[in-house]
Amino acid sequence: MPLLNTLPDYVLTTKTDELLNWMRKSSIWYMLFGLACCAIELMHTGGPRADIDRFGATPRASARQSDLMIVAGTLTLKMALRTRLLYDQMPDPKYVISMGSCASCGGLFQLAYSVCDGVDKILPVDVYVPGCPPRPEALTEGLLKLQEKIMTERWLVRAPNGNGKQIEAA
Amino acid sequence: MYLNFGVPLALTIIGIGFVALMFGLQKLLAPQNPYDRKLIPYECGEPPTGRAWINFNVRFYLIALIFVVFEVEVAFAYPIAAVYLDWVRSGRRLYALSEILVFLLILFVGLVYVWVKHDLEWIKKVPVED
Amino acid sequence: MESLQILERVKSKFGDRVLELSDKKPDPFVVLDPKAIVEVGRFMKEDPDLAMDCLSNESGVDYKDRIEVVYHLFSYPHRHGAVLKVKLPRENPAVETLEGVWKSANWMEREIFDLLGVNFEGHSDMRRILMPEDWIGHPLRKDFVEPAEYHGISTVRESPIIRLDTKKK
Repeated sequence: MPLLNTLPDYVLTTKTDELLNWMRKSSIWYMLFGLACCAIELMHTGGPRADIDRFGATPRASARQSDLMIVAGTLTLKMALRTRLLYDQMPDPKYVISMGSCASCGGLFQLAYSVCDGVDKILPVDVYVPGCPPRPEALTEGLLKLQEKIMTERWLVRAPNGNGKQIEAA
Repeated sequence: MYLNFGVPLALTIIGIGFVALMFGLQKLLAPQNPYDRKLIPYECGEPPTGRAWINFNVRFYLIALIFVVFEVEVAFAYPIAAVYLDWVRSGRRLYALSEILVFLLILFVGLVYVWVKHDLEWIKKVPVED
Repeated sequence: MESLQILERVKSKFGDRVLELSDKKPDPFVVLDPKAIVEVGRFMKEDPDLAMDCLSNESGVDYKDRIEVVYHLFSYPHRHGAVLKVKLPRENPAVETLEGVWKSANWMEREIFDLLGVNFEGHSDMRRILMPEDWIGHPLRKDFVEPAEYHGISTVRESPIIRLDTKKK
């Protein structure tokens, strides 16, 4: 039934793809997944001064209603299992931004016994935002980079050579 | 006279059509990738425990029941209010008034019953026997 | 009362069950026989001159040859404090729980159990509090070896620092 990646490369289909991508990038609802200090900067980024709501990104509390997971903070091994389950429960298409150095590589706490060094050990990450913590402007830039990435996806058009959005199962 | 039904008909068609369009577009364009870990009940990241269907308190049912009865009463009172002026102009004011008052009085007895039996309170205060 | 006076009072009451009294600055402490800890704790709480109604901290320390459990007590009525210590062997360290005397010992003892492996006898809820329930090992011990992976997540990450100049050491 779905027309995903089945249509040939005509103007109409590529423009529809662009339209879909534009609609998706202009309304990315992110899940509030603040684990540690980066959560404060995440709250500030959503707040009035550095506002990502002007890009359409609004916070959601539940994984079922969000399409972006901003992992903000240190991921411990105990939390890593739950994070993977939450990522699995997000509806497609879903994206992940790894915010801060703890989420990208373990950061300051890399040598600790309880820390999972980087969220990319358990999830596929789309954008890494470095910083400890990254300023709201830096996270906004990360979101804009994600938007650029979303614009390059191909949904309706048949993706040549296996490029385009890979939706992973399980 | 039948033209009066044209507007609600158009509204119905547009309403149903819009929803059908949205669902249709979703079936065609949205990625669908269900797998078992995605479909388990959401429990904020923990593997779900316990039953999904829990007993709820009966006070929700009681409030809903009382609401339905009085809502229907209000629904019946609206058409009477709409034609009341015509009845007044044709001189049968007292008849109309008494009819609507009798209707409301009968249902008022029901309201008094519900009130006295403490069903309007969210937490029923029942006297404690020592 | 001064800390040292409190501890001398304890020593005079409990005699030979107090193994050592030390006058170290800033906190003089007393080392007790592990079997006497509950009695001493109860005495310090209920005695009207001492009135130690608050176990403000309980922590474990791993020295190479022994494990110690340190209790910091504080009294709100008299505004004085004292420190008690208990020395335990490294194999199967066990001491009786102080949960019956001070409720705050509940979680503090769970933490010591989780991170150092000290078993508190008589505790109502002896399970891990910080590490995941199925973690093996006690992380704060000196001989703890980090497992290579946990549920499939490897615990090693290569360093992101790339040396660009290979000439300097």
